[in-house]
Amino acid sequence: MTDIPAALETEKLSLNFGALHVANAIDFRLDPGARHALIGPNGAGKTTFVNLVAGRLTPTSGRILLDGLPITHLPQDTRVKKGLVRTFQINALFRDLSLLENVTLAISERVGIASNMWRSAGSHRAVIAEAYALLEDLGLADDALRSVRELAYGRQRLAELAVALALKPKVLLLDEPAAGVPSGESGVIIAMIERLPADITLLIIEHDMDLVFRIAKRITVLLRGRILVEGTPAEISENAEVREVYLGERTPT
Amino acid sequence: MSETVSDKIAAAPAIAAFARRDRLRAYEALPWLAAIAAYFLFPTYLPLGAQILATTLFALSVDLILGYAGIVTLGHAASFGVGAYTAGILAVRGWGEPVTGLLAAAIVAGLVGLLSGLLILRTRGLTLLMQTLVIAVLLYEAANKATSLTGGADGLQGMQVWPVFGIFTFDLFGATAYLYALTALFVAWLIVRRIVYSSFGRSLTGIRENMLRMQAIGAPVYVRMVVIYAVSAALAGVAGAVIAQTTQFVSLTSLGLDRSGTILVMLIIGGVGRLYGAFIGVPLYMIAQDQFSQIDPVYWFFWIGLFMVLLVSFAPGGVLGSLARLTQRWRR
Repeated sequence: MTDIPAALETEKLSLNFGALHVANAIDFRLDPGARHALIGPNGAGKTTFVNLVAGRLTPTSGRILLDGLPITHLPQDTRVKKGLVRTFQINALFRDLSLLENVTLAISERVGIASNMWRSAGSHRAVIAEAYALLEDLGLADDALRSVRELAYGRQRLAELAVALALKPKVLLLDEPAAGVPSGESGVIIAMIERLPADITLLIIEHDMDLVFRIAKRITVLLRGRILVEGTPAEISENAEVREVYLGERTPT
Repeated sequence: MSETVSDKIAAAPAIAAFARRDRLRAYEALPWLAAIAAYFLFPTYLPLGAQILATTLFALSVDLILGYAGIVTLGHAASFGVGAYTAGILAVRGWGEPVTGLLAAAIVAGLVGLLSGLLILRTRGLTLLMQTLVIAVLLYEAANKATSLTGGADGLQGMQVWPVFGIFTFDLFGATAYLYALTALFVAWLIVRRIVYSSFGRSLTGIRENMLRMQAIGAPVYVRMVVIYAVSAALAGVAGAVIAQTTQFVSLTSLGLDRSGTILVMLIIGGVGRLYGAFIGVPLYMIAQDQFSQIDPVYWFFWIGLFMVLLVSFAPGGVLGSLARLTQRWRR
């Protein structure tokens, strides 16, 4: 198992603000093709962890490896080019642009035409067609020319995923993909995540336990910037410590 | 592959429209027709006309960074002034060939823009705004002190500008100046239009809309911003050079904060981020200024101010923004 390099790995990853440890020596390993969930109560440092791995925050100490190679000090855009892609807990889309444009922008970056100042964006037909095909695939084609602002919230969450998928990620960090979606509607999002190609390595940060137990094969519990425990969903739901600090709030006993 | 691509596009006409957003529309001929008509209709106003055209070019350069990339600047006169002084100093020191003068102005202003961009574009928001201001003030003071080069507070005098292409002499009536400025504006417009509709231009819109997301989709945001800042500075430099060459004078005001401020006002009147805002806002402002100052030489600035207040209250988004809202309402 250990001779295959992890898709993503952190070694003693730490971020301190003075005496406050928002990430405290996190050793974390994501195997290729994993379906892994990161859970923990509010303020446990889940989103901080995503920001560190994606490159929005710089760690105080520790290392981050992608496919066995260190990326700790690479800028965010270089990490994306290497296949490390994230989504956002709160929709971070181009709200006044059409859905098709949102996805086209992402594809343009991936295929490297976005620095071309001279050729018309519209003349890259293959890119536009790919964007449209992706929207069709996700059942969003009807809204292709609507601005994101006009879409229902659930559709916006799907759009958030569409933009990330347009980048053909190897490792995808989903920061609360179902956040803010009424529980009745989260099924569509779960279904879409379940349909993702098996070779995409997934890390899901989520509060919605339905989603976590439906999708995750392994779960890591984070508490105050530190890994409390890691295991299979069954192990986690049985773990007394976890029940106490986290699930305990939900299971009446 | 290419078959399936064209099939897709044929199957979805809306997608085809999305791909052809860059096509030339009939209304885009309007500014040029109006400019040519004005040449024949108002022969006594050609010197003012040339100023308006060059200032439109300046506003267009500001729109490129403000309207598309979302970089708010209070110091774009820095680039304008650097261009004006470059062309001016060349003409004083014995090289009065105007077209190469414009190119030199573009290069020098572009380089200054590149360097200052590298320096200041790491910051955002109000800090960035202050930095643009500081760069402009620094350059202003530098030009003020370097009297042997710039003439300091007296301005740069003694420019000898040669005829354009060795044929068209800059005349007293401003006919050559007008056509010269018009040509410079047209070339700049072709370049800006091209950039705006390119993939690079779309990515600028992305940066303006959501910088965070642009980084998350792998865009080197800082590099893109520095590049467009330098391009915009080069264009602003050309605008400054056109005014220097056609008036044969450069003063410190070309680097002044006044100019940085008014150009923003003119652009906002026309509409920001719409490519044609400059073509509406600048003539409107400058003609109004000219007329008000004739009618009421003492308080004309008050009338401009009142006009601005009314416009901002009743037509946010400028003339073009309001037009767009009206046509949208029409369609519904």
